[in-house]
Formats: sequence, structure tokens, C-alpha cells
Amino acid sequence: MSTLKTYDLTWVKDSDFLYFIKHTLAIFVCKNCMPAIIKVQNLSKQFGDIKAVNDLSFAVEKGEIYGFLGQNGAGKSTTIRMLLTLIAPTEGKIEILGMDLRKHRKEILTQTGAIIEKPDLYKYLTAMENLRLFAAMSGVKIQDKKYAEQLELVGLKERMHSKVKTFSQGMKQRLGLAIALIHDPQLIILDEPTNGLDPQGIADVRNLILHLSRDLGKTIFVSSHLLSEIEQIADSMLIIDKGKKMAEGKVSSLFDPADTIVELQTTNNTAAIEVIRQSQWKNALRENSNELIFLNIHKKEIPLLAKDLVSHNIGILSLYARHSLEDYFLTLTTSNRHVETFKN
Amino acid sequence: MWKLLKIELFKIFRRPRTYIAFAAIAAIIFLIQLAFYSDGEAFLQFGMQSLKETFDINGKILSGYMVCFIILQTLLIHVPLLIALVAGDTIAGEANMGTLRLLVTKPISRSQFMWTKFTATVIYTLLLLIFMAVLSLVVSIAVFGTSDLIIMKSDMVVILDNGDILWRYFAAFGFAAVAMITVASLAFLLSVFAENSIGPIVATMSIVILFTILTTMDIPLFNALKPFLFTNHMLNWKGFFEDPVNYKEIFKSLFVLVGHIIVFVFLAIVIFKKKDILS
Repeated sequence: MSTLKTYDLTWVKDSDFLYFIKHTLAIFVCKNCMPAIIKVQNLSKQFGDIKAVNDLSFAVEKGEIYGFLGQNGAGKSTTIRMLLTLIAPTEGKIEILGMDLRKHRKEILTQTGAIIEKPDLYKYLTAMENLRLFAAMSGVKIQDKKYAEQLELVGLKERMHSKVKTFSQGMKQRLGLAIALIHDPQLIILDEPTNGLDPQGIADVRNLILHLSRDLGKTIFVSSHLLSEIEQIADSMLIIDKGKKMAEGKVSSLFDPADTIVELQTTNNTAAIEVIRQSQWKNALRENSNELIFLNIHKKEIPLLAKDLVSHNIGILSLYARHSLEDYFLTLTTSNRHVETFKN
Repeated sequence: MWKLLKIELFKIFRRPRTYIAFAAIAAIIFLIQLAFYSDGEAFLQFGMQSLKETFDINGKILSGYMVCFIILQTLLIHVPLLIALVAGDTIAGEANMGTLRLLVTKPISRSQFMWTKFTATVIYTLLLLIFMAVLSLVVSIAVFGTSDLIIMKSDMVVILDNGDILWRYFAAFGFAAVAMITVASLAFLLSVFAENSIGPIVATMSIVILFTILTTMDIPLFNALKPFLFTNHMLNWKGFFEDPVNYKEIFKSLFVLVGHIIVFVFLAIVIFKKKDILS
């Protein structure tokens, strides 16, 4: 898919007038392109000796749900804080809504709603007071009836006059979402929005995210350390580990059947490995143990593998083919630590 | 700016903690007034015993002006702690609650955010002093009436005419406001560094106490520092109760205090603008 990068107009300086010209030109030249709502280039953040984010680049298209994945401490929150100007990057460039974040911070944040980690609010104020207070700071005029509508959307209308200190974590999370959405932003950034929620709460947030994207056309950048969460909602995803990009792409393409991991237990693992080493799957062996053999093969080859082993009088005790992105995620994020290859 | 300021003031005055200072000041003033109401004459007779040996003093001595002067002497040493309770909480309290990160992601420049916070702190400080002025001066005058004011100093006695006192209190409260805003500015600056309001509150009071000790100690090494310590100038509101008033000295103190406010607030804004919000 072509992007604005193809029609690079960065030579135009970002004064207000030229900014208008630049973007009008971009739309004219590339009216069928899907513009990048977030464009991050070579982003790094150093805290002392620790490089929390390391040369990260990615692009988020308009209207998509973009999953941002990584284990705890992988650099997700640091990246999100840089997107929201809470932290200054050590290196790199961030463009949001086609504007340089450093130069157009105010315009960008007017069109952005966010939850950063757990939404901490003013506990001594009511839900409505919190919502009104943050809405007043959003730089957008909001009609009175919108407040009640927003609280209804997140299921808090009945509790609008209750103080936040009486709320459960899930209710605070939902109020945080209402605050993020009240000024009708184009871009919604959610940092682990399902943290601390019960299964019903998680499902509600998931449905809300899908509604915002599919029905209202919002662009959503959502982080999580649980791939199963992202897998269900995201169009594209980025996986990071130790601040570095491990994988990026459409969810449908990242889940490649050719990368199916097979976990095999046989009556004679030593003989089975020997058979595999002599076969077309000799390069597919990933690791083994006394108990299990791991192979990385195409899904459609599994019956052939089983047949081959059986033809060598090796009984198959168990065979698990794991196709979920969870395995893909775990493989990527643990590759430096646990997985040894047995390629010849 | 006005909209943001209204939000800040709304937050300050919806917090129960805000009213601790008002309640503490009201309680102390009430107790002092009660003590003087019940036993004030005897206390003043005792206090002026040595003076009466030399001078013949007639007329009313215990008045609202006298009580207010004593209240101010007592309270203006302790009010910085009450100011620090709110000013030290300005940024650190938001960081502690976790609301700072949400506020900073709003389309408001960090400078504007800090100016709003500081202005709200100044308004709180001024309201506290107005509250103190009303209770200590207006209520005392209502209860004890007015008369000439006799102020005893270590080496002299100042007698101020009844009609020449009220303006001095207004001026003294104005000066005290600048002194208290200096303390508020210090707490505001320290608040930028912390993610828990206890730190800046304790640090502010420690600095005020340390500087006060340095101010009162007559050691040549520290004497050179004294003109630059804000604590050395904070109690110069008393200058308005001299006759004649030494305006040069008062304006010099005001200049030092305002200089401190400018430096503290400037540093707070510059540091906050560059600060990574990690709370």
C-alpha cells in the first residue's frame, strides 16, 4: 500500500500557510492513499545507561486498530508517553495526523484522546465533575448533553454523581475511556486499557474499541502485553522487545501458516530426530528435549510428517500444532533467551 | 487561562485538605482572642510592669489593634507551614494521584499549565491571608474596640495614634502576602521534583527553618549571607509599625522577596518544561 512517504513533501517548511499547502498537495496528489495517522521514525529513548526504546519506526494508518505488543518493560509505555509528549525522545521523529509532534503539539493533542496505564482521576470529585474538568482542558467546545451520553456509552450514567473514590478499578477504567473520548478525537491511544478489568469488563472495552473503529472511523493505537487481546481486535500490530521492533505488519499476514510450531512427543525421540534430520524437514527442527521435539513447518505438512514417522515405526504419543499469534509473540519475545536452533 | 484557572481553583477548593489551613488559623486566632478576652488586662499589666515604673500610662491599652498585632507576631511564623501544605502539593500531588500524566496530554502548553498552577497557589495564599486579616483584625476590633497602639521593643517603645494604625495593618498584610508568596514559590519549585507532596512540604519547611536559624545567628560567616536570605526579610512587615516608617528598608526587603519569587517560579517552569513525566 502506498503512503504519503511516496509523495514526500517534507522539504516544505511547517509554517501554518505552507502546512496547509503541503497537506492540500498531499491530498490532491494522493487522494486514494491511506494517510499515516502516526508515523514514527528511528525513535529512541535513553534513561541513563538503559535504552528503553531503540530505533523504533512504524506507521499507523487512518481508521485502523493498531496493536502495540510487548512484555512488561519492553518499552511500550515509554513509546506511548513519547507519542503524548510526556517524555522527550532522545532521538527520532514523530508525526501525528501529518504534523510534527514537536512543532504542532497543541493541534495534535486536541485531536487525541488517551489512557496511559491505569486512569488515575480526582477521587474526591464525581464522575461527571472529572469528565467536565478534563473536557474543559481538551480545547474543544462540548455540548452539555454530550457528557451524559458519554457516561452512558461507558455504562456509568447511573453513577455520574458518585465520587470516584467509590468506584472499582473497572469503573475508573471506563470513566478514563469516557474522558479520552469526550472531545471526539480522531486518534485514540490506549495503554493497556483492559488492565485490572474482569472478563466482562475486558469484553466491554474490546467491543467499545471495535465500535469506535468500525462505526466511527477512529484510529486506535492500543498497547497490551496480552497478544490474545490484540489478536481479537487489531488490524495491524507491532511487537517490541527490549525497546526494539521484533515484528510489524497486518495481523493476517503476521500469522503465517508456514510458521506453524509443532510440538511432538514420540515413543523414541532420538530416532524421530534422526528421521527428521534425514528428511525434507531437517531445517525445521527448532529445539528438542528428552520429552518433546519442536519443529517449525507449514501447517499442511503436518500429516506428511506424521506419516513419515509412523512409516519408520516411530509411534506418536502427542502432536500439538500451535497456530495462534500467542505462540508467534512468545517465540519472538523469548527468542534471545530460550530457543536454540538445531539447524545443520 | 481564566478557564484553566477556574479549573485549578475548583480542584483546590473541593479538596478537604485545603481547609485545614483555614481551620487551623481560625482555631489559633479564636484561642488567642478568647485568652485576651478572659484575662487580657492582667496579661498586659504584667507585660508592661517595667514600663509603668518609669511612665504613667492612662487609658485603654487592650484593644483590637493590640490583639491583632500579637496574633500576627504569633501566626506569621507558622503560616508558611500551612502555605507549604498546598503549594508543595501543586505538582507533586498531581504526580502522586497519577493525574499529572493526563493533564500534560491535554492541548495546553506546559508553561501555561505551570502559570495556571502558580496563579491558583497565589490566590489560595491571598485568600488565606485575607481570612486571617478578617479574623484577627476585624473580629478583634469588633470584640475589643480600638485605641492607641503601644508596641514595646527591646530598646524603645512606639506609641501609634488610634487614627494612624489601620493603614499600617493593610500595608503589613500586603507585605506578608508577598512574604508568603515567596514561601509558596519555593514549595512550588520543590513540588516539580517530587512525586509525593510530603517531600516538598518537608523540604520547604526545612529550608525556612534553616534560613531562619542562619538569620538569627550573629556569626560573621553567616552575616554576609543574611541580606540574600528571604527569611531575613519575611518579618519586615513590622517595619510598618515604626514611627517614622523606614520605607527604604521595607522596599529593599520587598525587592529581595519578589526577586526570590521570580527566580523560584522561573526555575520551576523551565525545569517542568524539560521534565519527563514518568509518574
